[in-house]
Amino acid sequence: MNLRGSRLALAATTAVVSVASLVAVATNSASAASSRLKSGETIYFIPKDTLNPYEVIADAGGKTALNAIGDKQVVSSGTADTAAAQIPSIQAAIAAKASAIVIAGNDPSALCPSLAKAQAAGIKIVSFDSDVTCPNHLFINQANTRQIGTSEIDLLASEIHSTGQIAILSAAATATNQNAWIKYMKVELKKYPKMKLVSTVYGNDDPATSLTVLQGLLSAYPNLAGIISPTTVGISTAAQYLDTHKALLKHLTLTGLGLPSQMKKYVLDGTVKAFELWNPSNLGYLAGYAAATLASGTITGKAGQSFTAGKLGAYKILPAAAGTGPSVVLGPPTVFNKSNVLKFNF
Amino acid sequence: MTIASAVGELAPAPRPAPTPGRVWDIVLRARELGILVVIFAVFGGTTIYNSSFASSASVQQLLAGASIYALLGVGETIVIITRNVDLSVGSVLGLSAYVVGEVFLHNPNFPVPLAFLVGIGVGVVCGVVNGAIVAVARVPSLVVTLGTLYLIRGVDALVVNGVQIDPSSIPGGFIGVGVNNILGVPWIFVITAVVVLVVGYAMRTFRSNRDLYAIGSNPAAAELAGVPVRKRVFWAFVFSGAIAGLGGALWLAQFATVASTAGSGYELIVVSGVVVGGVAIFGGSGTVLGAALGPLLLNTINQALVAARISAFWNQAIAGGLLIAAIAFDRFVSLRRERNLRLRRAARGA
Repeated sequence: MNLRGSRLALAATTAVVSVASLVAVATNSASAASSRLKSGETIYFIPKDTLNPYEVIADAGGKTALNAIGDKQVVSSGTADTAAAQIPSIQAAIAAKASAIVIAGNDPSALCPSLAKAQAAGIKIVSFDSDVTCPNHLFINQANTRQIGTSEIDLLASEIHSTGQIAILSAAATATNQNAWIKYMKVELKKYPKMKLVSTVYGNDDPATSLTVLQGLLSAYPNLAGIISPTTVGISTAAQYLDTHKALLKHLTLTGLGLPSQMKKYVLDGTVKAFELWNPSNLGYLAGYAAATLASGTITGKAGQSFTAGKLGAYKILPAAAGTGPSVVLGPPTVFNKSNVLKFNF
Repeated sequence: MTIASAVGELAPAPRPAPTPGRVWDIVLRARELGILVVIFAVFGGTTIYNSSFASSASVQQLLAGASIYALLGVGETIVIITRNVDLSVGSVLGLSAYVVGEVFLHNPNFPVPLAFLVGIGVGVVCGVVNGAIVAVARVPSLVVTLGTLYLIRGVDALVVNGVQIDPSSIPGGFIGVGVNNILGVPWIFVITAVVVLVVGYAMRTFRSNRDLYAIGSNPAAAELAGVPVRKRVFWAFVFSGAIAGLGGALWLAQFATVASTAGSGYELIVVSGVVVGGVAIFGGSGTVLGAALGPLLLNTINQALVAARISAFWNQAIAGGLLIAAIAFDRFVSLRRERNLRLRRAARGA
């Protein structure tokens, strides 16, 4: 899986809060929230497709939230990432008299006529992972673009003493998310005058291509101090290469956005010290709570309103900004390192 | 053209003394030599610009990075020579890589050589499906393998079901095959080279393999000449599947992680590499050595562009340009050969 497909940005789990305290909060506030929320509602989760591992984890997070509330989750979508494949699922939600739809849009606008019909039938709309442009819905943002870009640079700077040549191993040259993050990386780099971005290369989210451009990069800049790979395929491929060419680690540090399950081997053996990602399970969990709260009528989705999302605590709805309506931001990305990488199972 | 060349190769006529024109023809026909020259030119040029391009790690990656494409190219060539095409190789690679990973996930001590056999086995099953539909049902292979491209990827997605195999589940001994070197040469390249040499020898030597060229040059004539066309085509697909299955196991060994997207889009990279390597897309001519050198050239260019600090945006444009150049070159050579044959025949008639 990759982070390329318009996974708009941000993300994340409430940083490195210890898992123990999360669990403690969960017990308390979950019971508080569920006492206020109506149970027995049916909520449709419509992911981009039913196979993508990332979406599967997010949907499971939503199920955990809805189980805690006493609502029923139905996951429905196609196997291809197209808007056409999602429309039957929206119609199914209307037919089943669902009270809310949580959707990861495969197209920003093509789904709007169907979603408008659902709204006319009294269904509340929540989007997550990838937003839609239709009016009157709440967007659950996994992390904002600026936070991803700046935190990647800050993380690398802390590991290389803010000094040396750095490069970026990205997904496709046309990948919207990665390009947006890279833009903010460049802005953040101005804070570190001794760090110089010498090259950005594109591995197209294919391990073979990533490896080829990585080796080219190492030839072009033999003294490279750091590589940021803001894509799961890129960082795992680069980590695998460094794992077998450990001499490079004397001067080269790798970080980026990766999956804990894929990266744990390299973190535990010292090839990679730290990397980041939001927690898709928490993203689905927050979306589940938002949908259930809207369905209960406790909030209407207007900016400034607040609600409690079980173990994750309280969230405030942010006002509409350029290109997006009212939204909730999950939090800053989680940093994974030796101390916590084994605790995350995705 | 292709017919002439295949017939010529099957029954070489006594050669008249080489004239300057004929020497030129022989040079033009030694396509593999030409690609090697281009590879060395790209390599040398980049090294002059940036000496670390010739470092051992860099050269190892040039060879290792091209190996899986080259390997798939060998299987693809056997199919293309029979005037067919196998578009399912990327999907077969993905399924095989995942199944082998799944085997390790449940049996961490599974013997490494057997794991490669599992990969090949997955490929053989897919190849049998392709071959049976193409040869028995006589459906054009372009359509059949376009169908199995999606079918096998769909089966892969069902088997994978959103999970992925992580590096910590794959035994070090298996990964070693994908990342370690012997005497400085990547194992994965050695395996590919052995396959290229063995298959290359077989294609030159054995009657049943020479039949493949005859089938591709003119299927109807081959049938009339008593060549068991359907049987040969069936086995060509089984072979291509087996090679793609082996490629899947090697892919897993090289990258140590696999999800349902492994190998997506490889079919077009492989077909372009093979065509750049001088295999005629309409069958009847080409060698597995050329098919293996084509991907090596494309990989060398990709890595060289980055090493020479040229914008990566040029990669695809250059690969596409090379493909068109290769096809134009083939056309030029075949027109020239046709003209020569005509002239010679006219001279003999006079």
